[in-house]
Amino acid sequence: MFAAENGLKGDPRLQAISDAIRVVPHFPKQGIMFQDITTLLLDHKAFKDTVDIFVDRYRDMGVSVVAGVEARGFMFGPSIALAIGAKFVPLRKPKKLPGEVIAEAYELEYGTDCLEMHVEAVHPGERAIVIDDLVATGGTLSAAIRLLERVGAEVVECACVIGLREVQGQRRLDGKPLYILVEPREVDGCY
Amino acid sequence: MMQRAFVFSSSNSISLQLSTPITPPVNAVFPERNRGWIAPYSPLQPPELRLRNYQRALPPVLCSGSDSVTNQQQMASQDERDPRISKISSVIRVIPDFPKPGILFQDITTLLLDIKAFRDTIDLFVERYRGKDISVVAGIEARGFIFGPPIALAIGAKFVPMRKPNKLPGEVISEEYSLEYGTDKMEMHVGAVQAGDRALIIDDLVATGGTLSAAIRLLERVGVHVVECACVIELPELKGRERLGDTPLFVLVSSA
Repeated sequence: MFAAENGLKGDPRLQAISDAIRVVPHFPKQGIMFQDITTLLLDHKAFKDTVDIFVDRYRDMGVSVVAGVEARGFMFGPSIALAIGAKFVPLRKPKKLPGEVIAEAYELEYGTDCLEMHVEAVHPGERAIVIDDLVATGGTLSAAIRLLERVGAEVVECACVIGLREVQGQRRLDGKPLYILVEPREVDGCY
Repeated sequence: MMQRAFVFSSSNSISLQLSTPITPPVNAVFPERNRGWIAPYSPLQPPELRLRNYQRALPPVLCSGSDSVTNQQQMASQDERDPRISKISSVIRVIPDFPKPGILFQDITTLLLDIKAFRDTIDLFVERYRGKDISVVAGIEARGFIFGPPIALAIGAKFVPMRKPNKLPGEVISEEYSLEYGTDKMEMHVGAVQAGDRALIIDDLVATGGTLSAAIRLLERVGVHVVECACVIELPELKGRERLGDTPLFVLVSSA
């Protein structure tokens, strides 16, 4: 669900966040309008507002784990975790985490990739959220949900800064609520 | 006990035995503690790191006369007896033989699981850099992305990711740096920083200093003043501090 439909309708912070995201056409390949959040990170107020919106939502939901997807999930997740008093758990590409891991494969357009998590990071019964900058097909987030559920955690919600209005017509991903701040933009007049 | 510390990234891999005495930097503020040791990781007991922490004195540009009392208090808070630092060092996990045999990997993911220790880590950096007119926090992919943004948000600075090749979508400038075998490249978006910006560079750990020096060069090429490099952990035998030249290095824990 979009933040604007869930208590933040007309919130000027959302427009500023959307405006701060740069659209880079044809990256990484022709036809893709890449939503670049690095310009959001340069706008201190908009970046802070992004974190604050997520913090306000999750602060009182008993969330003890914030799982962030490498690498752009690392830019948002830790600040949220620190503010709500949760652990931060990085979900990483293969062979980056040094300890004992569990892994989940997920589909790419061509082939598959893999997401790993340290086994001892999360305990059964913990309530978790998953953070990434953007949700497209939902493949990565689904793998993240599976990883957390395999160790007995309850995934309360997936949260992304940017997401398509309809993720295949659903407001949930694999049965989990999806919370999104802004939609992707098609064109960008600034760059 | 003879231990070996190998570089797990960057160039000039040096095999060192930890029984070699270490000379502290000339301007280390605090007396040297007993030599540290790294125990092999055992699942039955947490690894113990006996650590020194030390810092180079802040360069004069960061301190004004009226700041001197505050600065002394800041330095005092980083005294080796500061319980926050001992706790931080105690929750960093050491994993032997990762990514290859002989390397003792300093795993900060366990620090991120300790809510108070992670918050204290960020606080220690924020206390040092708040009010120092820092406009940019540059974080090195990927673990620098975990520590950099919270610091940037707290001190009112921009966060700029320094990334591996082909990750950043816009126009970039890049800097090559040496690895043990071959080279790698670090990239930054054109326009992310401006000449005259005052920057910190953040990473979880400094070993040989190859990555940090590449980041310094990238920023200086566009006229940014790199005020300091800041890491959670330093491996002092690998002499990364010297590789940074005139740029000061601040660390919370030193793993010898």
